[in-house]
Amino acid sequence: MGRVEINPDTSNRTLPKAATGIQGLDDITSGGLPRGRPTLVCGSPGCGKTLLAIEFLVRGAVQYAEPGVFMAFEETSEELAQNVRSLGFDLEALARENMLRVDYVHVERSEIEETGEYDLDGLFIRLGHAIDSIGAKRVVLDTLETLFGGLSNAAIVRSELRRLFRWLKGKGVTAVITAERGDGTLTRHGLEEYVSDCVILLDHRVTEQLSTRRLRIVKYRGTTHGTNEYPFLIDDTGISVLPVTSLGLQHTASGERTSTGIPRLDEMLGGEGVFKGTSVLVSGTAGTGKTSVAAHFVDAACRRGERCLYVASEESESQLTRNMRSIGIDLEPWTANGALRFHAARPTAYGLEMHLATLHKMVNEFDPTVVAVDPISTFLNAGTAREAEAMLTRLVDFLKGRQITAVMTNLTHGGTAAERTEGGISSIIDTWLLLRDIELGGERNRGLYVLKSRGMAHSNQIREFLLTDRGVELNDVYVGPEGVLTGSMRAAQEAREKAVTLTRQQEIERRQRELETKRQALDAQIEALRAKFEAEQSELELIIGQEEAAAQRLRDDRKDVERIRKADRSAAERSDA
Amino acid sequence: MKVNPDPEPQEEGPLRLVEVAAAETVDPAMWDLRLYVAGKTAKSVAAFENLSRICEEHLAGKYKIEVVDLLVHPQLAQGDQIVAIPTLVRKLPEPIRKVIGDLSNAERTLVGLQLRPARSGAEDAS
Repeated sequence: MGRVEINPDTSNRTLPKAATGIQGLDDITSGGLPRGRPTLVCGSPGCGKTLLAIEFLVRGAVQYAEPGVFMAFEETSEELAQNVRSLGFDLEALARENMLRVDYVHVERSEIEETGEYDLDGLFIRLGHAIDSIGAKRVVLDTLETLFGGLSNAAIVRSELRRLFRWLKGKGVTAVITAERGDGTLTRHGLEEYVSDCVILLDHRVTEQLSTRRLRIVKYRGTTHGTNEYPFLIDDTGISVLPVTSLGLQHTASGERTSTGIPRLDEMLGGEGVFKGTSVLVSGTAGTGKTSVAAHFVDAACRRGERCLYVASEESESQLTRNMRSIGIDLEPWTANGALRFHAARPTAYGLEMHLATLHKMVNEFDPTVVAVDPISTFLNAGTAREAEAMLTRLVDFLKGRQITAVMTNLTHGGTAAERTEGGISSIIDTWLLLRDIELGGERNRGLYVLKSRGMAHSNQIREFLLTDRGVELNDVYVGPEGVLTGSMRAAQEAREKAVTLTRQQEIERRQRELETKRQALDAQIEALRAKFEAEQSELELIIGQEEAAAQRLRDDRKDVERIRKADRSAAERSDA
Repeated sequence: MKVNPDPEPQEEGPLRLVEVAAAETVDPAMWDLRLYVAGKTAKSVAAFENLSRICEEHLAGKYKIEVVDLLVHPQLAQGDQIVAIPTLVRKLPEPIRKVIGDLSNAERTLVGLQLRPARSGAEDAS
């Protein structure tokens, strides 16, 4: 390939780039399209090439003050203006401000006879005139390949196109050239041969009747770029490319806890609820109360003054609000004050990538702290299991990356193991609550337990899950020799136990009374013995006293006798001593 | 098809070739031809010479050739949807016809100008 011009900026480490202003595209191209060089945008019909090109010009003019020239080979400027008006692009106004020039090039083979040598100087002159008249920095050629249809001498067209790309580089304009995708090749006429700096491929795939648009950077010389296929959306704000697959595992783990809105459940989760920015999965069979748990979560977050996004794929907003009111959760004030936003759409409405892309966009706009997806299982209907798994992984990664707590519900089918979650997403889930039916004694009750909860000491207990008019309540289940009992059986069992306990209590009391009587009898006996002893004691003391008195008297008497007999002193002293 | 109104009066540009004006009035029988060129290149000169010869042979006295140099009047390229150079545009009689190239093949030029039907023209050539 004969590249003549050498961009003086290539000596720099980074290639100079022209930001497209298209959401996401500048991220995956690390800054935009190569400045001063042509970029080829190819794709099948209806994949959004023209729109991407026009958005590149409009955003360039509006956001970066770079005027642009749109050379249209397929649509007249009126048609073009009309087509993009719905996206809020006012081409006429931009043209009036000399920020945009649209030149419609019409080459009609049936009107043209060719004879002898010619070149495409007319095209060069028109383009050059348009560029110079407004000092354009950006140029779009849409779709250049029409020339091959309009002119029969392909050799001339080819050599002239080669010259055109060189000329564009020489002009220093950042150009976008669109081209139809060929059979097995990037473009039908091999334009990729001439444009070697940057090639972007757009794709519009329909799988199982669901369409998804994707964008891929096929090559981008001299710079790093994302190599994946990125889904993109075309909506009322233009194109948004979502670099959803480029997410890594770099998200920081928060130590902060978030209440689930059910005090008893918080208690089960280490007493404080789940970690902020983690993913919570509530799975269970139909009618086990998954939505109620999610609603509690959302309600609690709104109460704390946080913003929540509720993605409902089975119920409409009003239906959900009404149903939650029946269990005492009023979501209406939160929607009214803007804390809660609903996004209700059937997953089958469009492809998974589109859903993911829409969610991304909504999250980016609304910036919630809690996102509830109710239920994720319906997404499985919108694509293959593998795609659904990939989509959910990316969704969870994306939310985690933004420190958003995700509450997802999943409908498991009866018959399959309750622990089995489709999509195999269990590994990306941090806290997994399992709701299950407990069928006993002719009734069906709900049980809840924490299947796993990363990073905390969580309860291993099954709790009975009750839906009351004050919301969800968790009760202890009866766990005894007769197994786990819930509902009325638990109540009956509890009554039975109460009766048994009562009988035992009475028996104990009877025995205690008997013991008391015995103690009293013993005490009486002890008392009697003591009285008897005391009587004997006093009698004996009396006798002892008498005896001592008698002995004293005897000694006194002897002294008197000695005194009377005037016994010798020594004898008297001796006796005194 | 958008038909441009009469072009702006031609200036006497340095690169302007020749202008053969047979009549000023718009006569329905008149052939109004316009040759777009970009500078005085070999192709341009050849095209003009070939055109003059063909016109003299087939349309003597009832044609008008106007040469537009796009290097001087780039804004005129858009009106007649000029892409290739040189391009001969038959403005009148309608419908508009275009012949691109240096007009070296007289037969094809005549076919392009509808002075000769395409099929018979090809037979004549052979």
